Amino acid sequence: MTIDEPGRGSRSDLERYAGLFAARTRVMKSSAMRDLMAITERPEVISLAGGLPDTSTFPAESLAALLSHTAAQASAKALQYAPTEGMAAVKDCIEQVMAAEGVIVDPQDILVTTGGQQVIDLVCKTLIDPGDVIVAEAPTYPGAVPAFTAYQADVRQVAMDSEGMRIDELEATLDALEAEGKRPKFIYTIPNFQNPAGVTMALPRRKRLVEVANERQLLVLEDNPYGLLRYEGEPLPTLLELDRGRFVIYLGTFSKILSPGIRLGWAVAPAPVLEKMNMGKQGADLCSASLSQLFVTTYFAERRWGDYLAELRDLYARRRDVMLDALAEHFPREAEWTHPEGGLFIWATLPDYIDTTDLLARALEDRNVAFVPGRAAYVDGRGASSMRLNFSGVSDDDIREGVKRIGQVIREQVELYGTLTGKAPPPAAAEPEPRREPLADVVELPKRPRRRRSG
Amino acid sequence: MKVVVLKGGRSLERNISLKSGARVEDALERLGHEVHGIDVGHDLVARLRDIAPEAAFVALHGRDGEDGTVQELLEIVGIPYTGSRVGACMRCADKILSKHAFRAAGVPTPDFFGFSEAAFKELGAAEALGAIEQRLGFPIVVKPADQGSALGIKFARSAADVPAALVAAFSYSDRVLLERHVHGRDLAVSVLDGQALPVVEAVPREEDFYDFEARYEIGRTEFVCPAEIGDELSAQAQEIALAANATLGATGFSRVDLMLDSETRELSVLEVNAIPGLTETSLLPQAADADGIGFDDLVARILSTAT
Repeated sequence: MTIDEPGRGSRSDLERYAGLFAARTRVMKSSAMRDLMAITERPEVISLAGGLPDTSTFPAESLAALLSHTAAQASAKALQYAPTEGMAAVKDCIEQVMAAEGVIVDPQDILVTTGGQQVIDLVCKTLIDPGDVIVAEAPTYPGAVPAFTAYQADVRQVAMDSEGMRIDELEATLDALEAEGKRPKFIYTIPNFQNPAGVTMALPRRKRLVEVANERQLLVLEDNPYGLLRYEGEPLPTLLELDRGRFVIYLGTFSKILSPGIRLGWAVAPAPVLEKMNMGKQGADLCSASLSQLFVTTYFAERRWGDYLAELRDLYARRRDVMLDALAEHFPREAEWTHPEGGLFIWATLPDYIDTTDLLARALEDRNVAFVPGRAAYVDGRGASSMRLNFSGVSDDDIREGVKRIGQVIREQVELYGTLTGKAPPPAAAEPEPRREPLADVVELPKRPRRRRSG
Repeated sequence: MKVVVLKGGRSLERNISLKSGARVEDALERLGHEVHGIDVGHDLVARLRDIAPEAAFVALHGRDGEDGTVQELLEIVGIPYTGSRVGACMRCADKILSKHAFRAAGVPTPDFFGFSEAAFKELGAAEALGAIEQRLGFPIVVKPADQGSALGIKFARSAADVPAALVAAFSYSDRVLLERHVHGRDLAVSVLDGQALPVVEAVPREEDFYDFEARYEIGRTEFVCPAEIGDELSAQAQEIALAANATLGATGFSRVDLMLDSETRELSVLEVNAIPGLTETSLLPQAADADGIGFDDLVARILSTAT
C-alpha cells in the first residue's frame, strides 16, 4: 500500500470500503430504477414523478420582506442554535395549524423537526431494533421505505381500498405476527389523501384503528402532510384526536402548506416517546434551522397563512380535475385510477402484464414524460403495474400533455400484448367513464395468482 | 496532453457514465493532463471544435455513447478517441448481431432467437413463439437487443410469462433477444489492449438470483477476482473472451461477459461491452487491479490506445 496516494487506485476500492459498511447498508435500496429516475430531470421531460408543492405561487416579494424582517429583528437569534425541541414561537404556529386540523395540542407535546421526514427517522430510531416489525399500508409512501430499511425493519404491508387501510386485514396481520411471536412496534399510516394511493381512511376505520392500537398496546405513526389540502368532502378527525394522544404519534409539516425548502416539520407524541425522540434528534442535528423557525414565526404573525393555503387549495383542486379529465380522455379502458379528495397524487393501475418500470423507460425515451413506477411504494416487489402521478407541481398544460403521452405509451403496450397473445384488445370506450366506483380494485393490487395462460 | 472526457449523455446508464467519467477525469489530472469533462448533449460537436483536444476519452455507456454514434462524430471531427471503432461498437451494442457473429465464428454462446417488434406486429411472429419456446426450453431470458444495463431483462419461467417479458423488453428496444438460460456462474473477462485480464466472478450474496438489478450493486453482490474456477477454466475463459473480442473487432479495452454452466462446466459468451464501467464497483478496474494495474495506470494505458 502506498502512503502518498491514499485511497486511490490501489488494492480494489470496492473491497476496501465494502468491509467497512454496516450490515444495514446491504438492505438499503438502490437500483436501476434510481438510475432511471435520474434522467427524468432532463429539461425536456414533462415530469409527473415529483411530489412537489408549487412554490412558485409564493410571492417572491413576500419572501424577501419576511426574510429581511427576520434579519432586522432577530439577526443574532437567527444565526444561533435553537432549543432541540424547537422555539416556543414556532410551536405557537404549529398549535394554529393543529387547531385547523381540529386538535388542541399542548406545546410541551411538540417536537419541532427538520421536515416531516425526520419524524419518520426519529420514530424508527426510537422504536426499531433490527428485525422489528413495522406495519405499513400497501402501497406506502416511497420515501418512508429507505428510512424503514435503514433501521433493518421487517416491513409488512396491509392492503387498502377506497376507504383506506383495511383494518380487518390489519388485525389478521397482527394475529399472524403474534403467532410468529413478533410484536410490531408501530403502524405507519397516511390517513388523508394517502401518498401514493390518493385515498382517505374512512371514519369507522379510524376509530377501529385507534381501538386496535389501544387493545394491542401498539403505536400508530399518523403521517398527515396533506390534511389541510382537502378539495372536496368533509374533514375527518385525526387519529391523534380520536386517540387523545395515548398511542398515536402525529407527524405534521410546513412543507405542503408553506414550503418544503425551509425543512420544518413536527411530531406530537406521548411524553415518554417524545423524550426519546428528542434525544435521537440531539444526535442527528441538535436542532432544526433557527432561520427557518424565525421565518415561519414572522410569516404566521402576518395572519395570512390561511389565505395562502386557500389559494393553494384552489390551484391544486383545479389541477387534480385537469388530471382526472386527461386520464379519462387518454388512458385506455384497461387502466384504473383513484379519485383523491385532496393531496397531491393520483394512483393508476394498469393490466398486470405491464411493468411500469419498463413503461417508464419507454415513456422517457420515446415521449419525454415521467412518473413514479409503483414498485417504489412496496417493499415486496408488488406494485409493478401501478404508477403514481403528481398534479400539484405541474402546469395544466403539462398535466394534459403528460397524461396524453403516457396514455399513448400504454396503448402501444396493450396492443403489443394483444398481438403477442393473439388477443386483440377490445376497442377503446367511446365515452370516458367516471371513475369513482372501482377504487377497491385500483388500490388493492392483485396478490398475483401470477399469470394466466392464454390458450 | 489536452484530453476531453465524454460522459453522461441521455442513455439509461447516464448515472453510471457520470461516475465513470468523474473517476477518469481525476485519474487523468493526476497523470498531468489538461482535462475537460463534457456531459454529452446537443452542443457536443461545437464544444469539441471549441476545445480542440488532442484525444477524447469516451466514458459513455449505453445508447449513443457505446453504439458507435459518438464515435462516428469523433471520426468526422477528426479527434483520436479511446476504445473500439465505429463498426465494432455497433456490433457489440447489438446483442443479436453479436450472437450471430459468435455462432458463425464458432465462439460458444447460448442458443437464441432475435425478433423485431415489427416481426410480431406485421409478420405474425407470435405464431412462432411456441416453436421457439420448445427449441430453447424454459427458463428463457428475454433481453432488449441494445440495452446495456440490467433494465428490461426478464426471466420467463413458463410460456405464460413470455408475452409480458416481451412487452417489457420492447420497452427498451425495437428488437429483442430470447436466449436459453444458462444456470451457472457469472464470469467476466476484461480485455485491455489485446491482453485478457484475470477472470472476475460476480456472486450474488442473497437469493436474488433472478434479480438482475441487484447484481452489480455494492454490498449485494460479491466479486471474486481472480475467480476461483481453476487455472484451466480461467485460461479457457480468457481464450474464449479474446476470440469473442476479435470476432466483433473490439479494440483498446472491453469486457466480455460469460456464463459457466454448473452442470456441463462449459463456458459461453453472453455479450461484449465496448465501454465497460469504470466506477469503483465496476469489473474492469478490479480485474486490472488483480493484475497489478492500478486505476491511474489503467486509464493511462487506455488513453495510449486512442487513435
